[in-house]
Amino acid sequence: MTNSIEEILNTDAMFVIGSNTTENHPIIGATMKRAKKKGAKLIVADPRRIELAEYADVYLQLKPGTNIALLNGMMHVIIEKGLQDKEFIEKNTENYEELAKLVKEYTPERVAEICGVNAEDIVKAATIYGEAKKAGIYYTMGVTQHTTGTNGVMSVSNLALLCGNVGKESAGVNPLRGQNNVQGACDMGGLPADYPGYQKVFNEEAAEKFEKAWNAKLSRKPGLTVSEMLNEAENGNIRFMYIMGENPMVSDPDINHVRKALNNLDFLVVQDIFFTETCELADVVLPAASFAEKDGTFTNTERRVQRVRKAIEPAGEAKADWKILVDLMNLLGYKARYSDPSKIMDEIASLTPSYGGIDYKRLEDRMGIQWPCPSKDHPGTKYLHKNGITRGKGLFMPAEQVDSAEMPDKKYPYALTTGRILYHYHTRTMTGRVEGLNKKASNNYVEINEVTAKKLGIKDGDIVRLTSRRGVVEVAARITDIIGEEVLFMPFHFAEGAANYLTNTALDPIAKIPELKVAAVKLEKIS
Amino acid sequence: MKNVTLTIDGQKVTVPENYSIIQAAKELGIDIPALCYDPNLEVVGACRLCLVEIEGSRKLETSCSTKVREGMVVNTETEKVVKARKDILQLLLDSHPNDCLTCQKAGECLLQAYAYRYDVKFREHDGAMRPKLIDTSSPYILKDDSKCILCGKCVRTCSQVDDRQVLSFAGRGYDTRIVLDLDKTFETSKCVSCNRCVVVCPVGALVDKRLMGKTRIWDAEVKTVDCKVCAYGCEFEVLSKKGKKLAVRAKAPSNGRPLCLKGRLTTELMHLDNPDKPYRKIGNKFVESSWTKAISIADIIEKINKLENNEEK
Amino acid sequence: MVQVTINGIKYEVEKDKTILQACREVGIEIPTLCHDERLAPYGACRMCLVEVEGGKNLVTSCTTKVRDGMVVYTNNPKVINARRDVLDLLLSNHPMECLTCEKSGNCKLQDYAYEYGLVDGTYEGEKRNKEIDDSNHFYYYDPNKCILCGLCVRVCDELQCTNAIGFEDRGFNTIVATPFNQGLEKSKCVSCGNCVSVCPVGALQPKTKVKFRYWETKKVRTTCSYCGVGCQMDLLVKGNQVVGVEPAFDGFNNGLLCVKGKFGYKFINHPDRLKKPLIKKDGEFVEATWEEAYRLIVSKIKETKENYGAEAFGGLTSARCTNEENYLFQKLFRAVIGTNNVDHCARL
Repeated sequence: MTNSIEEILNTDAMFVIGSNTTENHPIIGATMKRAKKKGAKLIVADPRRIELAEYADVYLQLKPGTNIALLNGMMHVIIEKGLQDKEFIEKNTENYEELAKLVKEYTPERVAEICGVNAEDIVKAATIYGEAKKAGIYYTMGVTQHTTGTNGVMSVSNLALLCGNVGKESAGVNPLRGQNNVQGACDMGGLPADYPGYQKVFNEEAAEKFEKAWNAKLSRKPGLTVSEMLNEAENGNIRFMYIMGENPMVSDPDINHVRKALNNLDFLVVQDIFFTETCELADVVLPAASFAEKDGTFTNTERRVQRVRKAIEPAGEAKADWKILVDLMNLLGYKARYSDPSKIMDEIASLTPSYGGIDYKRLEDRMGIQWPCPSKDHPGTKYLHKNGITRGKGLFMPAEQVDSAEMPDKKYPYALTTGRILYHYHTRTMTGRVEGLNKKASNNYVEINEVTAKKLGIKDGDIVRLTSRRGVVEVAARITDIIGEEVLFMPFHFAEGAANYLTNTALDPIAKIPELKVAAVKLEKIS
Repeated sequence: MKNVTLTIDGQKVTVPENYSIIQAAKELGIDIPALCYDPNLEVVGACRLCLVEIEGSRKLETSCSTKVREGMVVNTETEKVVKARKDILQLLLDSHPNDCLTCQKAGECLLQAYAYRYDVKFREHDGAMRPKLIDTSSPYILKDDSKCILCGKCVRTCSQVDDRQVLSFAGRGYDTRIVLDLDKTFETSKCVSCNRCVVVCPVGALVDKRLMGKTRIWDAEVKTVDCKVCAYGCEFEVLSKKGKKLAVRAKAPSNGRPLCLKGRLTTELMHLDNPDKPYRKIGNKFVESSWTKAISIADIIEKINKLENNEEK
Repeated sequence: MVQVTINGIKYEVEKDKTILQACREVGIEIPTLCHDERLAPYGACRMCLVEVEGGKNLVTSCTTKVRDGMVVYTNNPKVINARRDVLDLLLSNHPMECLTCEKSGNCKLQDYAYEYGLVDGTYEGEKRNKEIDDSNHFYYYDPNKCILCGLCVRVCDELQCTNAIGFEDRGFNTIVATPFNQGLEKSKCVSCGNCVSVCPVGALQPKTKVKFRYWETKKVRTTCSYCGVGCQMDLLVKGNQVVGVEPAFDGFNNGLLCVKGKFGYKFINHPDRLKKPLIKKDGEFVEATWEEAYRLIVSKIKETKENYGAEAFGGLTSARCTNEENYLFQKLFRAVIGTNNVDHCARL
């Protein structure tokens, strides 16, 4: 998030796109509802009429994969009505002309056609966003998990820049991160081309800095992403994999392909707190400590670094992940000496400018610190780009609407989209073992529009078969009116009848994110 | 000493042959409930809460008084055992006042802990209750007979000190009570307020009066300190809340640790922010006193003053 | 700023503060059962009564603003007696179950009864005897212990904005209920448990299989391990077990949690937890020592590196692990193994 959660309360307008906030980020969802009560306007765009839609001033039930068209359409209206922030554009941005030229083609009528929504609603949404003094955009995987995910994010950013909603309190471009420390894992260099703090591995200066600090020769060649690793494993080029606290056998697209890839490895180490679906394919499984059994920090969606504290001893002989990693480093002949996690944070701070001022002592005094925090006397950063946009000028990156990699056709006539539900978390490794949560949401299901269901003779609770070009699953039907007639929705939490047997591995060419939000499927009733 | 091996709740344990079952169970981390048992006191087997089932034995046995035997198989939480414990607890509760709401002992009371553990509750009944006899004569100890469960720990700990032996049982059956020196009060008896009895009381029948109303035990921060008065070095606990040191209380008397009033008062004076006034028993009366007199340092202070005055001259 | 005299001492306070806020700011405690700084003032429980000079009646300090020259008494006999009356009435219609009540040790009614020296209620008469709503999977509502402070209703409405519960019926029969009294499970309730977290008494309590008394626990402040919001919370720990979760009121989440944060901790002490390293031998996993597991991993790493080079390695670090662990993981791959093939499920 460029901005902070608490700022939502004082915003004038919220635009929630591709995020089921009240289920996936309940505390932010509740904050949005409070903001709405206080008088803020709310625009919701999502293929499902989610809870927030009930509170919305405008709800746009767009077809999966048409975010860019919608965003372009809104920008078209804003420019048409002269609601753009001309002074901001002049002073703080570049490439505006290109954007204006591109969105000119996206009339409300044309966009309405592409997205399957009303043209008036697009105008209304654009007007609300354009007229607001401070407006925030909030999005999640509904924007990013597409082959056009990068362009989708660019278009979100275009809209925010167009109305001067960057570098301003209670506004901004706000991706809501789905997992407790996905922000931190990225910040810490858990990415193939990035050292901690997004310093690039191919940047000579950065590489030399880390070589010196780590006393090791480092590769300048960017590594492989998850999807690429799995492909290379299937091709026999990746021989050894180490998976720490991940469960690709449920979470990754096209599970049949994941299985083939992992089975093809010479050796697989899996480190987890439970015996997951992925553990089954491992050669060695290492028992790890849970978050309650170790010290450390997580970085939340608003860049706030916060303490995790050890409350109890690890289960059985389980060890904290950091201890296991330290042990292995030493056994491999690399000296690693950390008496406790605070010493690791000190090393992180010494090498990562945005974490430069963070240490455990400071985290003890206050409710965490939001990066960038370059020095010990820096209070942290509530919202980004306050003193001008970080790269100098905000760059408009106009993008055309492009179809999803796989569009519904005669053979596979429905667009399957996936997501999370309130009562579960990712692959249910944890929530699947909480009795009450399981009672609330015990089984996998697919949401089917009532009209579609009637047409196919499917009743609520019937077992239906879903087939895509990659796999088949059988799950219970949940008949609903919150979803479009050509769209199906499945939660991706469940290993049994996992949605990811069906999903597409097609990647966004830049971010390498798979198109989990659109797969063409066939739907049949099993008699 | 010879060791024997026995099985308790399916786990094997090897202990010296003079151990009782309750001691052996403790080695395994198995907590057998008991109200009258105390490792530092003579075993009497009175409360019967520590009943366990021993294979080959028809009736339940008290684990505090039954010694371990080689090959013995003991079960501590069978249906039969639990039923017996529930019955015992219910009988105790039936003649116990329902005032955990404000009882000073709440949070440390063994009757409360076991009632919670075995899910036994107070019930309404028309039967007799223990008489509400309360001895308020002492500024140090409050004795409430209505809460007494007659475990006798107080009597046993008092009798461990030869020249005290103030507390004893009196009466029979339902009328049994704990009395001081043939039914005197704290004030009129030869009690010296050492508080050994208060420390061992499992319920709210004997309470440290200087603690009352100051804090719920769960709200207090507790720090253990050593007494500086004599060589025994008894331990006391300093209770504080929100940084304020509120009260001092005695910790369990153990071998060679007699506990005494002077030690407690001295610890109060040294550690508390605002200690209550001390009292001395003069004749058969508690009399408010100065600190110098209460901990008998008047002559020492006088001597110090004299010496320092001399130096100045 | 205005000047007020509280219990004989003059204070300068901001003019739009309530008497309660002013007192708490200067360190004078006033008891409250229905007050919550996050919510609109309510003035229902009447525990916060104080005397203002010149006024005929005592006033509720949570709803009365300070005025310049105001003279306030927060603990004179008149005030104390009024509070004792309030408690007496509450206790007279409250089940005397502190012996086994799970809330004991963390109950405001119990705290104030102790503080104000009330052993029991003195009013004789009917006691409520209503059915417990046990339908929710995570918590239950016992109307007999409810003191109708309305905190649950207002938190559900004003903060959680779910509006699942409200007051029903009148007078002596008033309870907190869902519309049409259909029970919590069938209501709009999303089981966030924010009502449970504010209940001052034992009316709303979490369901738990582990028996524990509140005074046997310690609290450990930590960050929730579910979504990316990172709510701050306290783990309630008894022995080596996490037995409950309470939201942090001083974190940015402001005393709120969701169903996963509040009730989703039970995986921690789950019997399924991996407790020993496992090594696959002939297709079967067998338990191993750490030394065996490490030795095998290290030899395979060396072997693979020798035969295929560093680029034959791939590592998935974790969005669920700590920053420190993610840092070490990529350091292991980059500095020790020698490849940048490190990624995680950020995109999934």
